[in-house]
Amino acid sequence: MNLESIPIQAFLIVSSALFCIGIWGLLNSRNAVRVLMSIELMLNAVNINLMAFSSYIDNNLIQGQVFTIFVITVAAAEAAVGLAILLSLYRNRVTVDMESFNLLKW
Amino acid sequence: MSIAITTQIICFTILSLIILIGALGVVLLESIVYSAFLLGGVFMSVAGLYLLLNASFVAAAQVLVYVGAVNVLIIFAIMLVNKKEDLKPINDIKSRRIISTSICLTLLSLLIRVDLTNVWSLSSPQNSIGEESTIRIGEHLFSDYLLPFEVASVLLLMAMIGAIVLARRDVMNKDISTGLPVDQALIEKSSEPLLSNKN
Repeated sequence: MNLESIPIQAFLIVSSALFCIGIWGLLNSRNAVRVLMSIELMLNAVNINLMAFSSYIDNNLIQGQVFTIFVITVAAAEAAVGLAILLSLYRNRVTVDMESFNLLKW
Repeated sequence: MSIAITTQIICFTILSLIILIGALGVVLLESIVYSAFLLGGVFMSVAGLYLLLNASFVAAAQVLVYVGAVNVLIIFAIMLVNKKEDLKPINDIKSRRIISTSICLTLLSLLIRVDLTNVWSLSSPQNSIGEESTIRIGEHLFSDYLLPFEVASVLLLMAMIGAIVLARRDVMNKDISTGLPVDQALIEKSSEPLLSNKN
């Protein structure tokens, strides 16, 4: 390990903590918008991981940065479609409570 | 990067604290509007981390896409659906909280253990292309990642059309499958809470 920079473990620990916070929010929030925000947090944690590995392990080809660009693209598409689904759900149910979205329950 | 190591460590500590405390605020705060603005702060700090990792292009993309598009979209969605409602109480909420928290803490401890015990085969910093990374990303996108790049553009088009189709409110006179006239009151009913509710 070179002593000239921050250890890679620091980045990995931050991204692990961010990912777990995202999972906790995904499991526990009752507002559907907050669930979408938790998903964005988890995607960001993955991006930090990719960027750290790209900078420390693959710092010549930086394929991790290209992957991060694609993840950002997919996250933007996901946010747009997710919020549109949320709006049409709200129009049908007049609530954003996750517990009342049981349309697919049998 | 030509910043002294002490400065880097100070910047990293501040940014990580903002990220973690902001993320906790996003999932824990009562008001969803505060959560959305804290989420913007978290995105900005993540962009700062990317700058520390010598990735100025990805940092700029992060600010543009996440703060400029996703966060604004989330704030718009909150404005459209922000209705004060009394949530129905759940019976076993306490046991659910305990189970989910323990699962998350277990996962966190596992991940941190892997982070600390694994021996990463770090490459030498002499190979680093440093600030040339934008050029290298462009080369990747137009040579070996050309197919994913084109697929991503199709994906964005599909997401745009899909969002428009899902979010627009169609008022039809006839039911498509049965041909019977549609109960217009059902469509109008849902628009009332949006307009009349001031909080």
